[in-house]
Amino acid sequence: MTTPQVEPREIDPSGSQYLAVQASPEFQDLRRTLRRFVFPMTAFFLIWYGTYVLLGAFAHDLMATKVWGNINLGLVLGLGQFVTTFLITGLYVRFANRELDPRSEKIRNEMHWSEQ
Amino acid sequence: MTTRILADTDTIGSPIINISIFAAFVVITLVIVIRASRSNTDATEFFTAGHAFTGPQNGIAIAGDYLSAASFLGIAGAIAVYGYDGFLYSIGFLVAWLVALLLVAELLRNTGKFTMADVLSFRLKQRPVRLAAAISTLTVSLFYLLAQMAGAGGLVALLLDIKGRSAQSLVIAIVGVLMILYVLIGGMKGTTWVQIIKAVLLITGAAVMTVLVLAKFGLNFSHLLGSAQEMVSKATTKGVSSRDVLAPGAKYGATTLSKIDLLSLGLALVLGTAGLPHVLMRFYTVPTAKEARRSVVWAIALIGAFYLFTLTLGYGAAALVGPDKILKAPGKENSAAPLLAFNLGGEILLGVISAVAFATILAVVAGLTITASASFAHDIYASIMKNHNVTEDEQVRVSRIAAVVLGVAAIGLGILANGQNVAFLVALAFAVAASANLPTILYSLYWKRFNTRGALWSMYGGLISCILLIVFSPAVSGTKTSMLPGEHFNWFPLSNPGIVSIPLGFILGIVGTLSSRDTGDAELNAEMEVRSLTGVGAEKATHH
Repeated sequence: MTTPQVEPREIDPSGSQYLAVQASPEFQDLRRTLRRFVFPMTAFFLIWYGTYVLLGAFAHDLMATKVWGNINLGLVLGLGQFVTTFLITGLYVRFANRELDPRSEKIRNEMHWSEQ
Repeated sequence: MTTRILADTDTIGSPIINISIFAAFVVITLVIVIRASRSNTDATEFFTAGHAFTGPQNGIAIAGDYLSAASFLGIAGAIAVYGYDGFLYSIGFLVAWLVALLLVAELLRNTGKFTMADVLSFRLKQRPVRLAAAISTLTVSLFYLLAQMAGAGGLVALLLDIKGRSAQSLVIAIVGVLMILYVLIGGMKGTTWVQIIKAVLLITGAAVMTVLVLAKFGLNFSHLLGSAQEMVSKATTKGVSSRDVLAPGAKYGATTLSKIDLLSLGLALVLGTAGLPHVLMRFYTVPTAKEARRSVVWAIALIGAFYLFTLTLGYGAAALVGPDKILKAPGKENSAAPLLAFNLGGEILLGVISAVAFATILAVVAGLTITASASFAHDIYASIMKNHNVTEDEQVRVSRIAAVVLGVAAIGLGILANGQNVAFLVALAFAVAASANLPTILYSLYWKRFNTRGALWSMYGGLISCILLIVFSPAVSGTKTSMLPGEHFNWFPLSNPGIVSIPLGFILGIVGTLSSRDTGDAELNAEMEVRSLTGVGAEKATHH
């Protein structure tokens, strides 16, 4: 038993088949493409968020610097967190639709094909 | 209590209107839940709504599950009274969704079936890992549930003019019974619809109030900020008038320790969301990884918009209602948004916002209950106690019993905790999720060498360190705002354990893995990796 209560599925490839797919260049390419995007992007937003919270905790005067009217640097950086979150979401969706989905679909179809 | 809050404006908010609007919400949602229950025929339907919701629907439901009364009333109130620090707090809840989007949601949908433990135990030793994951799921869900139930008492006092302790207990019991009904009758599908309706009401309500606030200040945000600061500077409540509410520091800036506490909290928020079992379980309600991705995109858009509204509402409450009146009202900070609603739209808008806040508690507790009861039935009962020798119908039956037991326990504990300061439980749930769950989720998905010992050390180490540190923290004893103000065993100086327990959870995962020769089953490792990235063999949606 690989997982509990495996239900009959359209396909149920064997362990050796999974090993073969895992070793295939197509799969390695998918894996590399995914990791090359998500790991640096995660590092970026975590560092950017961490810097923001550090400034919020320790650099009160800097954050209070007025930028325009009553709007200060703290508010601009805080709203910047919203902007980057929305932006990264958009970039990832575009990337996943263009780069990840075609690659994973190809592998999925090939596995279906070899089953029949 | 609305009567008393508003006494000095010589106008009276009407508890009858509040209760009527809330009753309408309950009736409408119950009808929908009963309709949804007609297709609750098997376990996949009951636990995952047949994987048949669309991405946008699930995204709205995620927002409904995630935006608790604490987010709405608590954050708006914190901004009204402390200003910027309340805003800073809200940002962690949003940025956290990028962890879910980039690293977790899609791969989890491709690998699991009903619960978080499905993914964590996929390629490791089933029984011990599943047990650890289930214990962590139940702990996080119970902390979160208890915080919501205890908060319901205070909210009722504030919104429905119910002051007596026994009457408040009755309302907590009603909340609990409704929550049990939603879960028993509606399963995941019914619960999801409750969350969708609640999210639409909450976000629309906040949007309308935001427009009304901005209109009062000529759509000039800078003008709004100036008026808020002016009201705060004029405040007569002790310690308020010296606050600079436009800059950080009013709430967390007092000492170096309180600043480190803020960092610790921020870390738990940003890393905890993607480890919350009730959030993860929502990804099984959609048919594919691509729909899971769309769910998160919708959730990020709605949650982001909501926190932007909250920013305006918080400063709006400071400028239009003023911190003095807010802090004198029962519920103090939590009354900022309701008082603002009354100021903007009279008793009708106050009634709507009060009912929405109350509906929020109901939807969140229902989501937590179905997650905890599913984990008990699927992970502990079926997999560990019965070694998989149970039918799926049996799992649903056990899950229903678990939901009732859990609901009754939540009512009892909620009544006991009513009036106690248990607000720290929400932050604690995030800290446990980040320390005990997230490391194992990420290692299972991305690190081939990861093994059973690593998972157990990380999960138990993260969970136990988090709970021990909070027990010995000022959140539980030693200060005026502690749960037990009279006791003094607070040797750990921070109220948020995340800064210690999260790195510990990640490090224990590495040390545990490398100290064991176990390299796992190569075929299972390959199966998990191929499935998680391609969606081969993933659970399919049932047709309706």
